[in-house]
Amino acid sequence: MGGYGERSSYEKSIRYVRDSATPGTGASRTPLQDLYGIITPSALHFERHHAGVPQIDPRRHELLIHGLVEHELVFTMNDLRRFPSVSRIHFIECAGNSGGEHAGRPGADPQRSHGLLSCSEWTGVPLKLLLTEAGLRAKAHWLVAEGADASRLARSLPLTKALDDVLVAYGQNGEALRPEQGYPLRLVVPGWEGNVNIKWLGRIQVTDQPYMTRDEAAFYTDFMPDGKARQFTFAMEAKSIITRPAGGQVLDGRGFYDITGLAWSGRGTITRVEISTDDGKSWQEAQLNAPVLPRAVTRFSLPWRWDGSEMTLQSRCTDDTGYTQPTREELVSIRGLRPGPDGFGHYNGIKIWYVHRDGKVSHE
Amino acid sequence: MNKTATPLLVAICFWAGTAQTPQYNLGKRAAPEEIHKRDISVAPDGTGLPAGHGNVEEGRYIYKALCASCHGDRGQGSSEYPALVGGQGTLTSKEPVFTVGSYWPYATTLWDYTRRAMPYQRPGTLTPDETYAVTAFILYMNGIVDEKAELNAKTLPKVRMPNRDGFVPDPRPDVPHRRLSSWDKTGIKEPRNHSPRP
Repeated sequence: MGGYGERSSYEKSIRYVRDSATPGTGASRTPLQDLYGIITPSALHFERHHAGVPQIDPRRHELLIHGLVEHELVFTMNDLRRFPSVSRIHFIECAGNSGGEHAGRPGADPQRSHGLLSCSEWTGVPLKLLLTEAGLRAKAHWLVAEGADASRLARSLPLTKALDDVLVAYGQNGEALRPEQGYPLRLVVPGWEGNVNIKWLGRIQVTDQPYMTRDEAAFYTDFMPDGKARQFTFAMEAKSIITRPAGGQVLDGRGFYDITGLAWSGRGTITRVEISTDDGKSWQEAQLNAPVLPRAVTRFSLPWRWDGSEMTLQSRCTDDTGYTQPTREELVSIRGLRPGPDGFGHYNGIKIWYVHRDGKVSHE
Repeated sequence: MNKTATPLLVAICFWAGTAQTPQYNLGKRAAPEEIHKRDISVAPDGTGLPAGHGNVEEGRYIYKALCASCHGDRGQGSSEYPALVGGQGTLTSKEPVFTVGSYWPYATTLWDYTRRAMPYQRPGTLTPDETYAVTAFILYMNGIVDEKAELNAKTLPKVRMPNRDGFVPDPRPDVPHRRLSSWDKTGIKEPRNHSPRP
C-alpha cells in the first residue's frame, strides 16, 4: 500500500531528453514504441518548453479574460472548477515533430522520429462557455492566449476555433495537469500544433486581429521553395507510424507478430490505415482498434507472419476529410528541402522501417 | 428571482442577440488597473504599445550589457543562440539566413517579444523606454532605421520590415498522393488531398 503509486521497478521506459544550451528550454520525447492503447501516461507526455517550467500555486493562479468582451472577468481555479466540465481525449503534437524525417535524417526509433506526440484525456471548461460568459463584442474575431511562464508565451487564435472545440483544461488523465503540462491550467486546441496549446494559461485577450507574436509571425512558420513562408499553419495533418516492430527492435525469429502503431489527424477522425510490407507495392487494410476518436490517436494493428526475409514496413492513414498521408518524396516535391528558422514544421510523410535478415529493425 | 425566471431571462437575452447576461456569475469583474498591469500584448498596428521612447545610442548600451553575451556584439549570434542581424536578400538563395532583419515581418513583434521574454535570465525586466531603445539598436544594426532614429508608440508601427510581404496563408492540403494500382483493386476512392478543408 502507498499514498501515490509507482510503476513496477522492472519497467524502465522513459522520455528521451536532449540537452539544451539554454536551461529550461528544449524538448523531451515520448517513448511511443513502449505505449499500449491510445493514452500516454502523464509522466511520459512529451515536453517542449521555451522558458522553463514555472511552479505555480493554484490558490494564487487566476485566468483573466479581457479585451473585446462585455464583461472583463477574472477566474480563480475554484471558479473554473465550478463550471460544467467536459473530458475529451485529444493528441497534442509539436509542429516540429518528425522534422528530421523531412530533412532526410530519419529517426532511429519511434521515440526519436515521432516522439513529440502524446495523447491524453483532458478535463476542463469549454472555452466557448467562458467567452459566452464574458460576452463577445461585434468586432471580436481573434484572441491572444498567454502563459504565465517566464517568457509569457503568447499565441493568437481565431475565434472560430475558440468557439468550436477548445478546452481550458485543468485535468489530465484523471488528475491535475502535470507541472510540465501547464499546471494548473492550459489551453487544449484539438488537432492544432502543440505551440498554441498554451500552458500555464493566465490571460486571454479578445481582439480584432492576430497580434503577430514571435511564435506565429516568425517562428512556427513553414519556409517554402519560393522564399515565402506559410503563416498560421495550425492543423496537424493526417499521420501514422508503426511502433512495433520498429527501429531499435529485434524480431525474435520467424513467425507471428501483430504489427501495431498509431494514426492521427488534426482535421478529424482516422477512417483507414493501410500497411505495406513490400516497399509500397501493395497495401493491406489494418484494423482500427476502438475507440476511434476525432483529433485523438487511433491504435491500429495487423496480424503478420515474418518469413525471415528482408523487407520494409510502412503505414499510411486516411482521415474523414478524404485526405491520405503522402510519401516523403511527394511532400518534399512541394515543400522543398530548405529548412526555416526552426527547421521543418508540419511534416507528415509516411515512415518506413527496414527489417533485416537477422531480425534487426532499423530506420535505413 | 424564482427558479423558472432565470433561464427564461437568459433565453430572452440570447434571442435578442444583445450582450448575454452572465449565466453562471462565477469569477469577478477584473479591475481596470489589474488589466493594465497584466496586458503586455502589442499588435502590428501599435495597439498596446505603452508611452515611452528610446533611441539607437541608448539601445547600444543596453544591448551590450544585456544581449551581446548570447547574441554577439554585432548581433551575429552563435552556434547556440540565434543571430539577430544579417541575411537580407538570402531567402531565395541556397542557404537562407533567418534573422530579425531578414525574416521578421513586423517591428512590433520584436518589441513585444523583447519585453515579454528577454533577456532570457530576467525576462520582463526591461522598461518600455529600454525596450524601445534596444529595438531601435537591433533595427539599426540591420540597416532598417538610421542612427538618429527614435522609437515610440507612433514611430515603431511605421517601421517597414524588409520581409513584410514574405508570408502567405495556409494553403494546405497541398501535397497530392499518387494514385496506386491497389486503390483500384480495392474499389477505394482516390484520395482527396486537394479537397476543401472542413
